[in-house]
Amino acid sequence: MSAGLALPAAPAWRRFAGRRLTLVVGIAILTFFLFLSVAGPLVAPYDPIFQDAAARLQPPSLAHLLGTDNFGRDILSRVIWGAQIDLQIAVIGVLFPFLIGTTVGTIAGFFGGIIDAVFMRLVDIILAFPFLVLMLSIIAILGPGLGSFYIAMALVGWVSYARLIRAQMLVLKGSDYAVAAVSLGFSRTRIMFRHLLPNAIAGSIVFSMSDATLVLLSGAAVSYLGLGVQPPVAEWGVMVAEGQSFITTAWWIALFPGLSIVCLAFGFSMLGDALGELLGVHE
Amino acid sequence: MHRYKFVLTRPVQFLPVLFGISVITFILVRLIPGDPARNILGTRATPTALANIRAQYGLDQPIWLQYFYFLKNLANGEMGKSILYKIDVLPLISTRIEPTLTLVLASVVLSIVIALPMSAIAARNVGRAPDHAVRIVSTFGIGLPPFWLGLMLIILFSVQLGVLPVSGYGSSLGDKLAHLVLPSLTVALSLSTVLTRSLRSAMVEALKSDVATAARARGMPEGIVFWRHVVPNSLVPTINLLAVNIGWLIGGTVVVESVFALPGMGQLLVRAIFSRDYMVVQGVAMTFACATVLVNFIADIVTVAVDPRVKL
Repeated sequence: MSAGLALPAAPAWRRFAGRRLTLVVGIAILTFFLFLSVAGPLVAPYDPIFQDAAARLQPPSLAHLLGTDNFGRDILSRVIWGAQIDLQIAVIGVLFPFLIGTTVGTIAGFFGGIIDAVFMRLVDIILAFPFLVLMLSIIAILGPGLGSFYIAMALVGWVSYARLIRAQMLVLKGSDYAVAAVSLGFSRTRIMFRHLLPNAIAGSIVFSMSDATLVLLSGAAVSYLGLGVQPPVAEWGVMVAEGQSFITTAWWIALFPGLSIVCLAFGFSMLGDALGELLGVHE
Repeated sequence: MHRYKFVLTRPVQFLPVLFGISVITFILVRLIPGDPARNILGTRATPTALANIRAQYGLDQPIWLQYFYFLKNLANGEMGKSILYKIDVLPLISTRIEPTLTLVLASVVLSIVIALPMSAIAARNVGRAPDHAVRIVSTFGIGLPPFWLGLMLIILFSVQLGVLPVSGYGSSLGDKLAHLVLPSLTVALSLSTVLTRSLRSAMVEALKSDVATAARARGMPEGIVFWRHVVPNSLVPTINLLAVNIGWLIGGTVVVESVFALPGMGQLLVRAIFSRDYMVVQGVAMTFACATVLVNFIADIVTVAVDPRVKL
């Protein structure tokens, strides 16, 4: 590549980076945690559930960068292994509500009438319950565990997506290209999912990023309460709960897993903000 | 007073939602795996004893009739008995309302106290460094897990500085308030991030409004324009935002009550889940849902009362 071509590229990139700094930061943070969750076993200095009786409650040092807990387990290794679980919580916890909500919202908005009325009343009723209270009640029935959390999340979380997509569908189904598609004799399924949905989904994608933050916090909170991921699995919420008894003497046990939650959540928020700007969606 | 007509008509619209809430809480308890009669009596119960219990609780009746009985009992204020505490659910819940209600109110007040100056700084410096700083701080704040934040506040204020109690709830008024400072600060710090974002954009809008321009044209200094005209106008949408977030706020208090061992409804719910005290789970879920509906209704009334332009 000649120098003449390379020169204008640099300011353009800088402009892009300046305006899209949030995008870069968001992607960088998420990539970092994705790397930890994939390469965790290779990067972690110790076994996350190995109990070293000789190294109990050690403050951060060179041997244990983030210290050890009351069982002598290495906090850094547990935080790294936790990335796998907590990233999984955020992704799966968003995926199912997204799929269910998008399908329901598309159908309700497109067909209208009785189908729409029934689904939207259901949405109203679910929204009347405080989110976490309904989730905890469902987990109470299903029994503690990560599986119950995902089921509860799917049963409760879809309503926001359904509302977003439905509102878009109501507008889009009257648009010229929708009418054109109808007059061309396309099937309703094809019009709904191939023509309207791609134009309606931007808002939901942006929302799914801030939803990932919410899901991550809920998953960690449920695990903190003892109703989600069960010990000795290294999950950040569980680790904070384990550190609670030692906050007077060993603050590092609870501090670092919590900081990891904050960082991952920040990554999702930044990416969400950047996507919102890119796609021209404002919440 | 036709602007307030909705106060009479709106409750009628609540009926389907309240009906739905009752159906969902009814179904929740019916979905518990296992035979309820056996759950009550244990595994070594005789067949006649089981049949008696089924007849006593109406479990041998068709499901729609069971739902009818459930509604009838509800109308009489009967929500069943707590297995753990051996008393009726309704009186049990009523003893737990005070800490939760105080916590919610204190959190709302504190979060406004935090969000107002933050959003004011951001809105008066749109696009400049303070605006970006506030945006980054509030983006960080959204990701703060309340249970962890609570612990960090305990470490800072109770362990290091030793100025506030670690957990529990007092008996005298002053003692109670001292025990509520850290829990409400925890909830407020989370809530204020959401408030800051919406308050900021409401203020930015209001700064451009005719009201502000007219005030400036009369020669009012910018500071007075801001606090006298812009702030009151941008607080109105915040009332609705608080109402929309009430469910989220209640969820936060559930977790925070467990962190600080506050004897409120949230802690009751979590303990009930662990001890499989399903009637209590049902009662608390229903109470929270009805409270959410009520709060939204109150928010509508307040919005109409403070803003003459709003018509519902």
